[in-house]
Amino acid sequence: MSEPILVANDVRKSFGGLLAVNVDRFEVAKGAIVALIGPNGAGKTTFFNLLTGFERRDSGVWRFDGVDLEGKPPHAIARAGMVRTFQIPKALARMSVLDNMKLAAPHQRGERFLISLARRSWREQEAEVEDRAIELLEWVGLEVKRADYAGTLSGGQRKLLELGRALMADPRLVMLDEPTAGVNPTLTATLLERIKDLRGRGLTVVFVEHDMDVVASISDHVVCMAEGVVIAEGSHHEVTSNPAVIDAYLGREHGERATVRS
Amino acid sequence: MRIQRRARAVAASLALGVIALALVAGPAAAGDNSVPGQQPEPTTTTSSPEAESTAISARLIDNTTPNVKGIEGARIVVFQKGKKIGSATSDADGLAVVPLPGAGTYEVRLVASTIPDGVRLTDPDKIRLPDVIVREAQQKFVIFPFGKGSSGGGASAFDRLADLAGAGLRIGLIVAVAATGLSLVFGTTGLINFAHGELLTFGALVAWYLSSSGEGAGITLALAGVIAVLFGGALGFGLEVGLWRRLRARRTGNISMLVVSIGLALFLRSVFQVIFGASPRAYDQYAAQKSVDLGPLDIQPKGLVTIGICAVILVVVALFLLRTRLGTAVRAVTDDPDLAESSGIDVQRVILAAWVTCGMLAAAAGVLLGLNQSVEYDMGFKFLLAMFAVMILGGLGSPFGAMLAGVVLGMAFEVSTYWIANDLKTALYLGVMIVVLLVRPQGILGIKERVG
Amino acid sequence: MDVGKVFTDGARGALSVQSAAFSLAAIGLNVQFGFAGILNFGQVGFLLVGAYGTAITADGGAPLWVGILVGIAAAIALGLLLGIPTLRLRADYLAIVTISSAEILRIGVSSRSLEDFTGGVFGIRGFANSFFDLNPIPVGRYGIGEVSFDHRALWVMTVAWTCVILASLLVRLIARSPYGRMMKAIREDEDAARSLGKNAFSIKLQALVLGGAIGAIGGIIIAIDAQFTNGDYWKSAFTFFAYTVLILGGVGSVLGPVLGSMVFWFIYQALDALLRQSITEGVFGDVFTPSDTGPLRIAFVGLALMALMIFRPQGMFGNRAEALVNE
Repeated sequence: MSEPILVANDVRKSFGGLLAVNVDRFEVAKGAIVALIGPNGAGKTTFFNLLTGFERRDSGVWRFDGVDLEGKPPHAIARAGMVRTFQIPKALARMSVLDNMKLAAPHQRGERFLISLARRSWREQEAEVEDRAIELLEWVGLEVKRADYAGTLSGGQRKLLELGRALMADPRLVMLDEPTAGVNPTLTATLLERIKDLRGRGLTVVFVEHDMDVVASISDHVVCMAEGVVIAEGSHHEVTSNPAVIDAYLGREHGERATVRS
Repeated sequence: MRIQRRARAVAASLALGVIALALVAGPAAAGDNSVPGQQPEPTTTTSSPEAESTAISARLIDNTTPNVKGIEGARIVVFQKGKKIGSATSDADGLAVVPLPGAGTYEVRLVASTIPDGVRLTDPDKIRLPDVIVREAQQKFVIFPFGKGSSGGGASAFDRLADLAGAGLRIGLIVAVAATGLSLVFGTTGLINFAHGELLTFGALVAWYLSSSGEGAGITLALAGVIAVLFGGALGFGLEVGLWRRLRARRTGNISMLVVSIGLALFLRSVFQVIFGASPRAYDQYAAQKSVDLGPLDIQPKGLVTIGICAVILVVVALFLLRTRLGTAVRAVTDDPDLAESSGIDVQRVILAAWVTCGMLAAAAGVLLGLNQSVEYDMGFKFLLAMFAVMILGGLGSPFGAMLAGVVLGMAFEVSTYWIANDLKTALYLGVMIVVLLVRPQGILGIKERVG
Repeated sequence: MDVGKVFTDGARGALSVQSAAFSLAAIGLNVQFGFAGILNFGQVGFLLVGAYGTAITADGGAPLWVGILVGIAAAIALGLLLGIPTLRLRADYLAIVTISSAEILRIGVSSRSLEDFTGGVFGIRGFANSFFDLNPIPVGRYGIGEVSFDHRALWVMTVAWTCVILASLLVRLIARSPYGRMMKAIREDEDAARSLGKNAFSIKLQALVLGGAIGAIGGIIIAIDAQFTNGDYWKSAFTFFAYTVLILGGVGSVLGPVLGSMVFWFIYQALDALLRQSITEGVFGDVFTPSDTGPLRIAFVGLALMALMIFRPQGMFGNRAEALVNE
């Protein structure tokens, strides 16, 4: 395994006495595509929320590309290069698809109050941002929708928009929460192709996924959580043949274990 | 057309409140050529020659006798910025009317030497009322109560605090009753109803027209109050069926509904003003009562009755919520509408029940408020923020919290005036509410929402 | 009936100083609510501190322009004071907190305890003479036919509407910039904006302060025009009217609040003339008296606000397509 881009230690979070996340160590290698799997309520999304600052940790530290990010607010974590998407995509409904993309570009001079008033000082940068936005829209196949309100997109298109938008933010690590949930098979194929592309762009990907076929087809490292704890990790084959993992999934299916809501 | 149908439906529902009022006001308006809102009020005005005129009407009442009577022959003088505006001497009913040149802030003084022997002001400090604010075309009523005067010899601090606590308990319970209704609706629908104050006013006005307009049914206030509560329930029903249910069906967001409720409040309040007029009035019965002495506490019998009625209402509502099927369903919908829906509860019916209850509670609170203070077209609106405060303090959507918070806040509110200026007490409770919202948005009793 | 008077009264209302001041209040609300999605129900509080900041400072002997700066600074301070603790609250709680804060201010300035400072219920009077001394317009009446104003009114109107134009230009620049885009993103979904590296809290705070400061200019104009301010003018109904103006014009559109205010004041004043005439001419029989004109007009505003919100949430100049987009 190459050097890790993200290392998290002793991350814990409880809700009303229930320990929802209890991860001793979580590591992501630079350039890898890591799948985070586990039965419903395993704490995967909560773990995502903690790492990206959307949920306050009880304890824990994590270091991303040499910078400590624990306790930082979400926008600071995104600026550091760790950008996430959401399980239910958050399209900015009453903004155009293109504006959704342009918004995400980092370091925009025109985002400061006084500078925004002097159009000349940000016009050039805005044009560059627009070019990149269009390029990425072509990449996710939404170029024709650029002028539409994002609220008119289908669920799958919103997932694609979110992926493109996340890339607009210049991340080094993208964290995708169930990128293919609720997406039709055709679009799923496109999405998976795009996610695989990301490695070629020098990016690292962590994604939460339920569909084992998806996991098998694109991930090169799999981490399995159950009841807030990492119970196994390794290659897809190693993890899916691990008895603890099978037990966690079956236990869940047979309703033999109490589970925590994520 | 769908839009037209909707438009008609909404208009019809709006009209409901007005019609309900019109029905009550009907006999008064049709009786003679007098205009609604200007009926001469036998107890307070002598003849009302020109109801449009701006004036201060002072009423001098003697609380020492079992039957309250006016004090005749005392002189009041009205000043504005030190300049004398006019004066009048009280008639046999204890009434003295000073016409004014227009709206403004006036000072009303009672000339001490003209006070008849054998009586004295309940509160000697109140011989001068410095900031009487009079609106255009308003007949502003001020009262000079006479009596033995517990404070005549300087009441003890303990007595004063006890009296303030008593007043606080009374107002706090009334607000608790009203806020419980507000809370029921918020809990079941998520709507913060800015028109809730108008539901209070509605109840108070209905009771006034039935009991005290002189041209209405002329029934006793107790009966009128009960009828007003039924009308309040009907108004709640009408608003839910005619307006809110339709808006929910159109998937109108909570913020939009909040704005709609503001429009509704402006509309209803103005209609009340047109019908009832701008001046405050009192119910004929129990207008001025002699206080009874309960240890350190001096309280009017109507105050005691108010406390009793409020307590009974709150217990009944609590039993309704805890013991009846419908009440349980209301609580279930408050906790989790989706879950309730999927477990077979008819959410629309539950919300309807919440609205009817809300209308009844608000009307009851309005009648009691009118009894203890005065009846006015914007009396409910003045208490709107207090009701919000109580609802928030008690935990949004938690009726039990609202009950407790009403009492706590009401007492704190009145007792605080022992230390801080009277005109700042409203600011105080609003401040308390803001702090509570910031540090404990779930309220004092609410359970912290689980995030995630 | 004198239909001409209905129109001239309406036209005078549309051009009045009040109309300009409401434009500014609504432009401020538009920045807060229309762009950044902040449900500020205490806008009148910003106008109040603007008016009082100016009046107290100028009444204390400082030049009027210093007073105006103090008024605007007071609004900025209020925005920070109000925003820092409360902007994390959800929208409807924020509405209650802001409306209560404005009420606290109103009660505060009217209180006897602060009478030495604010004049209590009597308010402060006659602090803007130097503004009227600057009036370059020769004495006389100006206008077309009945729609005319004296030199004094015209001077205040000129300054007031100039402020409105400047504020609109400012908002237009913002609306088309990445800064405005960021505000709208926060209105749409705060978490999405944060996940893309935007500091939502800071932007909301800026929107609240900016909108408050624009509103405060409206408050200052009202106070200067009247040469008077007291607590009675700054009731929460003012904020509700400003929302009506904004929704009528079109939430989120640059010119919406201005045209909304002009149309609002045209209707409001025309309605006054219409109702008064109808009532005195006995159109309604004796159901209404002339003193009912005020409440009847407000009832109309209430109905209009409801109807707009239900049937035309995009107002006159808002984007219909945008208003129809579902989350």
